[in-house]
Amino acid sequence: MYPENFRYTKEHEWVRMEGDTGTVGITFHAQKELGDIVYVDLPKPGQHVEQGKTLGSVESVKAVSDIYAPVSGEVLEINELLADAPEKLNQDPHGEGWLIKIRLSDPRELEQLMTASEYQAYLGAEG
Amino acid sequence: MPEFASVKRTPLNAAHRRLGAKMINFSGWEMPVQYSGILDEHHAVRRSVGVFDVSHMGEIEIRGPEALTLVQYVTANDAARLEPGAAQYSALLNENGGFVDDIIVHKVAQDHYFLCVNAANQEKDYDYIRTANCFVATVEFISGRYAQLAIQGPSALSTLRKLTAADLSLIRRYHFLDREIIGVPARIARTGYTGEDGFELYIPSESAEVVWDRILDAGQEFGIKPCGLGARNTLRLEAAMALYGHEINDFITPFEANLGWIVKMNKGEFLGRRALARQLEEGVQRKLAGFQMRGRSIARDSYKVMVNGREVGWVTSGGPSPTLNRNIGLCYLPPEFAVLGQLVTVAVRDHLAEAEIVPTPFYKREK
Repeated sequence: MYPENFRYTKEHEWVRMEGDTGTVGITFHAQKELGDIVYVDLPKPGQHVEQGKTLGSVESVKAVSDIYAPVSGEVLEINELLADAPEKLNQDPHGEGWLIKIRLSDPRELEQLMTASEYQAYLGAEG
Repeated sequence: MPEFASVKRTPLNAAHRRLGAKMINFSGWEMPVQYSGILDEHHAVRRSVGVFDVSHMGEIEIRGPEALTLVQYVTANDAARLEPGAAQYSALLNENGGFVDDIIVHKVAQDHYFLCVNAANQEKDYDYIRTANCFVATVEFISGRYAQLAIQGPSALSTLRKLTAADLSLIRRYHFLDREIIGVPARIARTGYTGEDGFELYIPSESAEVVWDRILDAGQEFGIKPCGLGARNTLRLEAAMALYGHEINDFITPFEANLGWIVKMNKGEFLGRRALARQLEEGVQRKLAGFQMRGRSIARDSYKVMVNGREVGWVTSGGPSPTLNRNIGLCYLPPEFAVLGQLVTVAVRDHLAEAEIVPTPFYKREK
């Protein structure tokens, strides 16, 4: 369920590293909790995001929720697919439903994130 | 509600869990918010049929020779117009004309009225009616005895008629029949909170699960879905029906909420009447209006509404409309701005978004 090569936050975001670029998304658990997602508000490429700070929001039918940046850095790319198909976040949160790509300003921040097994244990404890 | 307060459960709690419902706390009740998904459930009700457990709703019974006198005194609508077997949307009002609750009054017999009230208000309503009761009438709190199911959608009639010998097509809108459904005594009312045709059933709690299961079976050929509070809310918002705590509350009067039609000023004295008479003379300071977002931003409850940079009102309910594929909402505005075509600005978290005042209901079914 939760890819081994991802790192996870307590707020249910994930980051997958390729070189110094991290692809960011929300977890399967997050999309399930949110329900049907109808709109995603993302930063623009070139913007700087900071670990633990809001990077955007996800609107589900029921409510709006903040997305927090799992790592700091510059936004390189956003997932344009989501503008017309926000449901991809529900259907494939760990793949096609990725949100943004970030060039990390401090790769050591990754050490603060959870591994897949740690995240799964965290979900178990959270209930 | 403090977290340690004991959570109330409906007789269908186990059934919801078996169906994989996501449960939430709704004003002290553990209720299903969704099963397959809010959009899926919403569309099922608009296109075919859905079934909701609304057993958290309360029931209060008023009986006795002066039952009508008491009902007339505590409610705003004119219950004298009801024949046995008829129901009406009404309100309990406080001395300022604000809503204690919005309710449905069913007339069972000359000396017998059955009130359906909101879950969160039921104890308050019961106290309110009892305190006002100086007539030859008894007031009984009977919520515990009843489960309430709502079967809603264009195929609601075809679904439910398979389970009863009663001719359901003879029940007109806002009327009801007391008949058996699969051998279970039921009050079958042609009412609902979705903007679709449909029925609300009041059945003994102990029979809730068997009736629920049989409804799901009977509706299978129409693609029936169990529906949660999430879809209930999107459906009622499209139909622009008030939700207590949002469009209406202790400080909002029926005239402000576009519910003047449930106030019958000439029927005689009733609680709240004096304040309403004054408001009729002075005019209202705010009015409920429907809006549609012009961009993709979504307005949510309690967001501020502005005109010309000045804060003038607030959003009472807002969200995406799955049927219309637009973002809609209801808000309070000074009457001069609550006019069709008026442009307003909604403060959506970190940005301002434009919206236009549009007619309500947003969605109206074809008859």
